Amino acid sequence: MSLLSRVAERIYWSARYLERAETTSRLAQVYGNLLLDLPRQARLGWDGLIEITGGATLYHELYPNPTADTPERFFVADRNNPSSVRASLRLARESIRTTRDIVPSEAWRSVNELYMYVSQELDADTSHRRRYGIHSRVVEGCQQISGLLAETMSHDAGYQFFRVGRSLERTDMTTRILDVAAATLLGREDLARFDNSLWMAVLQSLSAYQMYRQKLRRGISSHDVIRYLLKDEQFPRAVAFSLREMGAALAMLPRNGDALSKLGDLRRLLARPKVLELDLAGLHQWIDDAQLALGELHALIAATWFRPSTSTTMDPPTSRTTKTAPASQTQSQTQIETPPPA
Amino acid sequence: MRIDWTQYNPASFHDELFDSSGHARPAAERLVSYLTSLGVHELTERQRDADRAIAEMGITFTVYTEGQNIDRAWPFDVIPRTIEASEWLRIERGLIQRLTALNRFIDDLYHDRKIIADGVVPEDLIATSANFLPACVGANPPYGVWANICGSDLVRDRDGTVYVLEDNLRVPSGVSYMLENRAITKQVFPEMFQHASILPVDDYASRLFDMLASLSPRKIDVPRVVVLTPGIYNSAYFEHSYLAQRMGVDLVEGSDLVVGDDECVYVRTIRGLERVDVIYRRVNDTFLDPECFEKESALGVPGLMRAWRAQNVALANAPGAGVADDKVVYAYVPQIIEYYLGEEAILPNVPTLLLRDEESRKRVLADLSNWVVKPANESGGYGMLIGPRATAEEKVAMAAAVEANPRNYIAQPVLALSTAPTLVQDEIEPRHLDLRPFILQGQRIWVTPGGLTRVALRRGSLVVNSSQGGGSKDTWIVALES
Repeated sequence: MSLLSRVAERIYWSARYLERAETTSRLAQVYGNLLLDLPRQARLGWDGLIEITGGATLYHELYPNPTADTPERFFVADRNNPSSVRASLRLARESIRTTRDIVPSEAWRSVNELYMYVSQELDADTSHRRRYGIHSRVVEGCQQISGLLAETMSHDAGYQFFRVGRSLERTDMTTRILDVAAATLLGREDLARFDNSLWMAVLQSLSAYQMYRQKLRRGISSHDVIRYLLKDEQFPRAVAFSLREMGAALAMLPRNGDALSKLGDLRRLLARPKVLELDLAGLHQWIDDAQLALGELHALIAATWFRPSTSTTMDPPTSRTTKTAPASQTQSQTQIETPPPA
Repeated sequence: MRIDWTQYNPASFHDELFDSSGHARPAAERLVSYLTSLGVHELTERQRDADRAIAEMGITFTVYTEGQNIDRAWPFDVIPRTIEASEWLRIERGLIQRLTALNRFIDDLYHDRKIIADGVVPEDLIATSANFLPACVGANPPYGVWANICGSDLVRDRDGTVYVLEDNLRVPSGVSYMLENRAITKQVFPEMFQHASILPVDDYASRLFDMLASLSPRKIDVPRVVVLTPGIYNSAYFEHSYLAQRMGVDLVEGSDLVVGDDECVYVRTIRGLERVDVIYRRVNDTFLDPECFEKESALGVPGLMRAWRAQNVALANAPGAGVADDKVVYAYVPQIIEYYLGEEAILPNVPTLLLRDEESRKRVLADLSNWVVKPANESGGYGMLIGPRATAEEKVAMAAAVEANPRNYIAQPVLALSTAPTLVQDEIEPRHLDLRPFILQGQRIWVTPGGLTRVALRRGSLVVNSSQGGGSKDTWIVALES
């Protein structure tokens, strides 16, 4: 008996939301530290981060009169920002709650506990010191759930969807974070001497600093960091690794032809000889292309497995190639957001 | 601090744990001496452990009108309620008798209607029942059984008699809480279970699966059974997913299912459509199939009724089964048992007046303070009036509602529900309770040992529904050592 399409979709999304909560938490932590490190005259704010993570419009809507604290609140605690740590955890929790019959029950308990803890802590007035603790707990909690599934769930189709969701979200987050760095440095010669701090922060936000040092054994440079985070085959949050991981998971799913071929496009994009010789503006453009391809891959995954054809014949759905990138950032709202008719 | 039971005073009510002279009843002796040795302080600690476990395990029920916060922690009292096994055996026989007769009755109503022809049940009573579904006439569910899962509410009156208060034959809920209550009680009172004289309840899920599988139209080794839920906003969503998980079957929503041109039901999977044999549906009758009932229903599956009538899929409970849990039909259950089985009812009904009867109506409306008035088709304690506690306005409103639609109301005397010791704000006090056992009927029939004990947490309250401030307890059927 095969896995339900709806369940596959929710497992996939639970992985994406967990990964997003973890990375956003680490990003907020690292970025906060970076701001503390830089001298005031560098005038580096959270705006760039908000801009690049695609939340600027929403941010200005929610905080017409921003203060020093509002950007971090927006990233971490805000219920109305669907990409905040709190909202990501809530959506991960909902996804797992609605697949409780399939995923191991310990995973549900962990995500429930984590969400309750974070929610309570965020509701309390939080000092900087305590916020550090919250971020550590989010990162640990997400990794615990991920490890728990790896060790206690059958590595069947359901688990493959978890791997696919996680690696897709990772690719998305890693490229976005690189984009933040590129955009921050672009046209800011005055920041050039803080280059190192910034690229170090990028590595830290992806838990990559230690592994990077071990591998390269020399000082930090933008070129090396970009190469490492895009092309390294051994570091789990590097794009090349994530795409390979995604390929391995997709290979174990039925009817995977279209998705695998779209993944091939992404890998070819990454293999473009010029990608590492790009200047920051070129990198920014390349990342846009990669994001677009990721969006198309997501749409293809959804069309193949989550919303297959409704005809009662047993034929697989005909392949549909999406021309434009859909909103691949949040789960289709009809799934768990809309209350049913009374 | 040891527990001073002399302070515990259930007044003139029948208490489940203590007899009228204040001694522990035989089935409760062990429990009471154990609780005494723990003391109030330790007991309160264990209650906190239980509350924490409930929050962490995410055992919830959902309240409709709560905006964003849709699930609430399940309210649980750590002190179990005990029933002696010999008494339970009689109750079990009574429940089996009752459901067997009710299923014969439903099958008769949708076929030859002999019971009406023979004048035992008046015809207009069925004709005016909102739960009688013309779309089900002539249908043939497996084994002639329409209500496969039944939850009957039992109450004990002052003199110790156990009555059936109502039968829930549509989509009864609560069984998951019965199972979780036991799991939690084992965690917080592990010592009590080492000398196992308490009947286990944890094979419910496998009994349920076997019963559902016995309904499969395809006689294959592993029929595909699914649980159909209205979704996470339903008050019993926790239970739907819990039961699916325990049975190892898929939890589906209406949009996951589709009826094919061959009038078979299929589920959407990552490999395409796959045939479904049995649907344990937790969606109300009229939302099952927009082709047949509520046109706007997004919860159901178009064509489902056609597939069911063609016997290509089994639905549990069968649509239309609710005709027999109408509270007006309830009044006739003793005659129904007599008619189909030729036996006297083992478990008595609560005396019930039908307000369609003019004389009864006058009598009740003249004296509303002394009656409980219930609408015929509501569940969850909604729309009910408890005379002694009702305000003048509530009584006026109820009188008007009854006059407007007398067929829809029944009245029962106020019962002195039994009590049991309950931990309320770190003190042990008597609280009123009931019991909902679950009965499964497919090829065979089986009753849960015990059931879900629901307790009214407010002092003096008789309303045990979780949607109205009720809690719950673990229920122990205790076999005494001879």
